[in-house]
Amino acid sequence: MRTKNTILFSLISTFFLIFLILIWKILATLQGLSINSFNIEIIFIFGFLISLAHLGIGDRIKSIYKSIIFSSIFVFCDGYLIQKLPIWYNVGVFLILYFFTNKISKYTFIGLKEEHSTQVILFDFLTLFGILFFSFVILFPFYMMLVTSFKTQIALLVNPLDFSINFGQDIKDLFKSYFVIFKSYKFGKYIVTSTIVSVGTVIITLLFAIPAAYAVARLNFFGKTFLSTSILIIYMFPAIVLVIPLYTIFSQLGLRNSIEGLLIVYTATTLPVAIYMLQGYFKSIPKELEEAAILDKLSWFGIITKIIIPLSIPAISSVALYVFMIAWNEFLFSLMFLDNPNSFTLSRAIQYLSGDAETPRQYLMAGSVVVTLPVLFIFVYFEKYLVSGLTAGSVKG
Amino acid sequence: MNDTLANTEKKTAYILTLPAVLLVFSIILFPIFANIWISFKEVELKDIRIPEPRAKKIVKSISDEPTKIKILYKLRNSSLIQEIRDVSFQDNFPKTFEIENLDPRCSYKKQKLKCEFGNWPAKYRENFQVIFATNDGSKIDKKNLKSIKPKLEGKSDNILLNTNFTLKNFKKVLFENEFVDLLLTTFYYTFFGTVGSIIFGILTAQMVNQKFYGRTFMRSVLLFPYVAPVVALAYTWELLLDPNSGTLNSLLLNYQIIETPINLLGQKYIEISILGFDFKLRLALTTVIMFEIWRYFPLAFLFILARLQAIPKELYEAADVDGASPFQKFFNITLPQITAVISILFMIRFIWNFNKFEDVFLLTGGASGTRTLPINVYQQGFAISDIGMGSAVSIVIVVLLLMFMFFYFKLLGKKVDEN
Repeated sequence: MRTKNTILFSLISTFFLIFLILIWKILATLQGLSINSFNIEIIFIFGFLISLAHLGIGDRIKSIYKSIIFSSIFVFCDGYLIQKLPIWYNVGVFLILYFFTNKISKYTFIGLKEEHSTQVILFDFLTLFGILFFSFVILFPFYMMLVTSFKTQIALLVNPLDFSINFGQDIKDLFKSYFVIFKSYKFGKYIVTSTIVSVGTVIITLLFAIPAAYAVARLNFFGKTFLSTSILIIYMFPAIVLVIPLYTIFSQLGLRNSIEGLLIVYTATTLPVAIYMLQGYFKSIPKELEEAAILDKLSWFGIITKIIIPLSIPAISSVALYVFMIAWNEFLFSLMFLDNPNSFTLSRAIQYLSGDAETPRQYLMAGSVVVTLPVLFIFVYFEKYLVSGLTAGSVKG
Repeated sequence: MNDTLANTEKKTAYILTLPAVLLVFSIILFPIFANIWISFKEVELKDIRIPEPRAKKIVKSISDEPTKIKILYKLRNSSLIQEIRDVSFQDNFPKTFEIENLDPRCSYKKQKLKCEFGNWPAKYRENFQVIFATNDGSKIDKKNLKSIKPKLEGKSDNILLNTNFTLKNFKKVLFENEFVDLLLTTFYYTFFGTVGSIIFGILTAQMVNQKFYGRTFMRSVLLFPYVAPVVALAYTWELLLDPNSGTLNSLLLNYQIIETPINLLGQKYIEISILGFDFKLRLALTTVIMFEIWRYFPLAFLFILARLQAIPKELYEAADVDGASPFQKFFNITLPQITAVISILFMIRFIWNFNKFEDVFLLTGGASGTRTLPINVYQQGFAISDIGMGSAVSIVIVVLLLMFMFFYFKLLGKKVDEN
């Protein structure tokens, strides 16, 4: 039992180490280092030996010295003797090894004897593996987007794997793609259009949604249950079904290629979500406040502006942020309704840019960075509001 | 007294909800009915432009006589297919103008030239000419004359409003050979995209539910693909997967894992042999599904995480006392607790994936075996410009979705009854 557990532990931890180093090697390759093989066998042997040695030595040496010794041996053999790579790469490997040996330092021979110990180890390492794997898989495309926007066409043709950014060069050269998209492709104008559309949608949606949500949350009227259930059903309704009739109607009314047209459609599609989220919050406000207000002869307008809105600023701002993000990211309707470059939104402009096969991809990526940054910034900054709102069942996608 | 209070409450409620209801009705519900209407018609993209009578005004001076002026109107029917009935024409002139040759269709009173041109067939064109002379011999300002625009009006049939219906669109949609293939593609895309995103959602939620350093940061990172604009993400993926210069292929070539680049988004099938069995994998479709999972697992993650955090700790403590292994805990405590969330998620994601248009459109444009029903709506309606067909396809989508929801709720209802 003990040997089996020891071997299993060493195997699992070794696979984890291999994965760590693989990611590091991929990232190093993308900095222009020529690494042509992963040397998995060598990492495997070393990792296995380190895990075994760690168990064998146990508490006889202080764990910090143990980590440093193991890491140094690995770096010396792998980076210096076998691959001959630059210092920064080896420093990275050293840190990875240090992290790894620290992670395995809590496992001991005695611990391995316990019930389910292999499952516990597997679970622990799966979690670690998952964190790394998902961070890598998610952040990698974003990283590539950013890095590509700083490269030039020629540099990418010479070595398609060299994404290192030369910070020594002139600012103008470094941000060349950004200057180009703003100058030659009028991205400044598209940003303005996108902002007007998104902010406009937020304002109109809130103007319509706050009274409606208040009525649904508080007042008794015929058709109330019907209204609140149909809000949810409409929210589920596919946008692609609306495209053709709206296109025909808008063409006949001359609303295509206009910001007004987009505003109307975006408001209508975000209203159900907004009402649904707001009414949930309004219901949680104590009724006594309004009863007091009614005694003070406040009209419904007064109740909403003087009591409900000040009390639900967090909910309203979270709805506003959502609606902003939906409108900013929206693509389907802007594709259908806009075909005049003068009225493009950012998303539509990038799609239009990509339609020309000649467009260098760093311009495309610079455009993508421009459209992505505001949304990610808002999201990270206001994350607390947004996550609670998301789970309340919002954001269509 | 109470009665009036209830009445005012009702009235207030209607006033408060009316704007929102009206807007949603006109932009969402009305188009759905309009869609049904259009799907039974033979309409093409060019038909939906309303035919207009148009006139181009050209002012020509007559060489010997400075007090006279010739005005040429190039009249035409803007539509190539529809006639315009009862076209009326009106143009204004300065006070000193007298008309020289009055067309029998026209009258000139109070400096207004009014004409009734009758019916104009499709593609109709006419050069209509009038000559004016000033009655006081003053010179004529050509620019001023040009700036006054004639007004034309006419009646035409709106092809969308007549009552000619046909079943041709539906016949074409349902009985063409492609339909089965289309349906299968859509089903694969929807089903595997949904299941994949839920599985990844469970894994990541389970992961973030443990305590580790940087957990809140991890939670935001996991949501990035979901909140970022689809356009940016799709083009980044396209760039990563490009067969000629894409990073993924370059990396794989660099490490000698593959010998020739793989066109992940442009190749319909790839042959794979596992244990001696050869089978064809739909490569482009698989890649698109991968993107789908990558982009939408965060939603599943969030829902499941919220549920996981609500599971009482006592359950796990009791399991620890009983000596349960981590896997037993996961399968016997965690999974049963999250089945309700998963079934809701499955429905939401299934419906949304079924209608997903942007992702496939941006990645492949529906080529190499990735044509789903929503892509077909776009291609029929705007690439082939057959609006009626596009509508019919979208009606098919709605009907299929309603069927899915019906069976899903029946199935779900049964399960709830059993418990």
